[in-house]
Amino acid sequence: MQLAINRVMGVLSPSVATLIEEARRGSIRAIGRILTLLEEPDQTSLSILQHIYRYSRGAQVIGVTGIPGAGKSTLVGKIIGEFRRRGYRVAVVAIDPSSPLTRGSLMGDRLRMQEHATDPGVFIRSLPTRGLKGGLSVAALAAIEAFDAFGYDKIIVETVGVGQSEVDVMHAAHTIVVVTMPGAGDDIQALKAGVMEIGDIYVVNKSDKPEARQTYEYLSFALEKEEVGREAPGWTPRLLKTSAVMGQGIKELVDTIEEHHRFIHKTGLAAKKVVERRALLAKLIVESIIARYVDEAFGGLVERIVKAIEGNEPLPNIVMEALREAAKRLYEDVRSGTDGGSKANIPGCS
Amino acid sequence: MSSLPSSSRGRGRRIKVLVAKMGLDGHDRGAKVVARALRDAGFEVIYTGLRQTPEQVAYAAVQEDVDVVGVSLLSGAHFPLMRRLIAKLKELGAEDIPVVLGGTIPVIDVEPLKKMGVREVFLPGTSLKEIIETIRRLAEERRARGETLAVSASRERGQGD
Repeated sequence: MQLAINRVMGVLSPSVATLIEEARRGSIRAIGRILTLLEEPDQTSLSILQHIYRYSRGAQVIGVTGIPGAGKSTLVGKIIGEFRRRGYRVAVVAIDPSSPLTRGSLMGDRLRMQEHATDPGVFIRSLPTRGLKGGLSVAALAAIEAFDAFGYDKIIVETVGVGQSEVDVMHAAHTIVVVTMPGAGDDIQALKAGVMEIGDIYVVNKSDKPEARQTYEYLSFALEKEEVGREAPGWTPRLLKTSAVMGQGIKELVDTIEEHHRFIHKTGLAAKKVVERRALLAKLIVESIIARYVDEAFGGLVERIVKAIEGNEPLPNIVMEALREAAKRLYEDVRSGTDGGSKANIPGCS
Repeated sequence: MSSLPSSSRGRGRRIKVLVAKMGLDGHDRGAKVVARALRDAGFEVIYTGLRQTPEQVAYAAVQEDVDVVGVSLLSGAHFPLMRRLIAKLKELGAEDIPVVLGGTIPVIDVEPLKKMGVREVFLPGTSLKEIIETIRRLAEERRARGETLAVSASRERGQGD
C-alpha cells in the first residue's frame, strides 16, 4: 500500500524539517515546495500539517468569489497593493478550472497580480480544480494553513465559486467578498442560490460603466430585503462600488474587509471559523484517503465486476462486494503496518 | 472495461509549467498556442502575461513550484533576458528548475544560450509535439533526480521580509 501514514506522526523526515525551518525564515522557495507537498494527503503532508499548526498566527482568510469576468483577479491585485501599503504580508490562492477531459489546466489569474510578483511580502499560488472529489479543497485548505503558519497576515482565496468544493473553500473564509459587475443584474436572480447567499461584502466592480448604478440599486434592494447575504447577527452585508482597473473604491473595500475582521474578532466568530475550517480539512482528508481505497477496490475487481454486470447480476451484490473489498483494504492498512515496507497506521485507529 | 475506475494509483502530480513572455515584446500568439497545447497534453500551465521582467518570472516559477519554465521571445533580447532569468532562479535557490526557450532565435545563438544554462531552444518550425515531449522529459528527469527538496532550499539566498 502506498498510502503510508506513519504511526509516529511527530517524526518528520530531515529534509522536510529543514524545509519548514527555511519556510519559517521566509524562504519563498521552501514555501513553494511545501505547498506542493501539501497538495495531496499522504504521510508527508500530514506530518507537515502536524508540525506547522503550532506556528499559526490567526491570519484573516478572505474569500473572493463571483461570476466569471467580473474582474476578481484584477480586484485581488489591487487589494494586495492596499494591504501592502498598510503593512500586511499577503498570500493568494488563485483557483482556476481544469479541463475535465485532459485534466490539464491553463491558469491566468496570476497574470493580473504579477506586479506584486517580486514583492517579498506577497506570495501567489495558483491551484487547478482538478476535477477530483474534494481534491481542490484539500489543497486549498492546506495552503491556507501553511500561509497562516509562515507569517502571512491576509490570505486571499479567489475562485469562481461554483461547484461543491469551491463552496467548501469559501466556507473556510473569515470574510467573503462577492464580486459582480454591471449588466449582470438579471443574473443575480439565478445566482442567488449559489454564491449570492454567502457574502459578507458585495462589490459591484467595473463601476465606471454606465449600467453600474442599475446593478448597484438592484443589489441594494436585494440586500435590504435580505434575499442575499450571509447571516451573522451584528453584521449587515455591505455593498460597495469599485473599479479595479481605475483603482477606484479599493481603499473603501479594504477598510470594510478590515472592519469585518474586527467584527469577527470582537464576536468570537474568528476563532469559531478556524475550528470549522480545520474540522473541514480533516474531514476532506479522510474522504480523500477513503476514496483511494474505493478506487483500489474497484481496480482489483474490474474483471469480476464486468462479468457480474454482463451476467445480469443485481447491482447491490456488486456494490456490497466492492464495499467489503474497500473496507478490508482500509482496515488492513489502518490496523497496523503488516504489509512489510510501507507501514500505514492512522493514529487513534490502531 | 475502460470506463471503470482504474486500479493504478496514477495520482502522480501533473506536470506544472510556467509559460512566460519577457521584456518589450507584445507578441504572445505563439506563447498562447504553446500554453494551450500543453494544457491539452494534460499539464498544469500558468501563464504570466506580457512584458514581464526576468525577476517577476523567476519569482512566479518559485512561488508556483513549477517543473519547467518555458519562455517565448521574439524581441532579439534573448541573451540579457535569459541571463537575468537564470541568475535570479539561482539566487532564489531554484537552479534545478529547467528553463527552455522558443521564438525567433538565430541558429548561431543556440549553443551560447545552452552554455548559459538554457536547457533547450525551440526554433521556428518546431512542432508542438516536440515541445510537449521535451518539456515532459525535462520535468520527469527533474522529478527523478528526486527529493532534492532540502538541498535546494538550503542553498537559497532570497529571503522574505
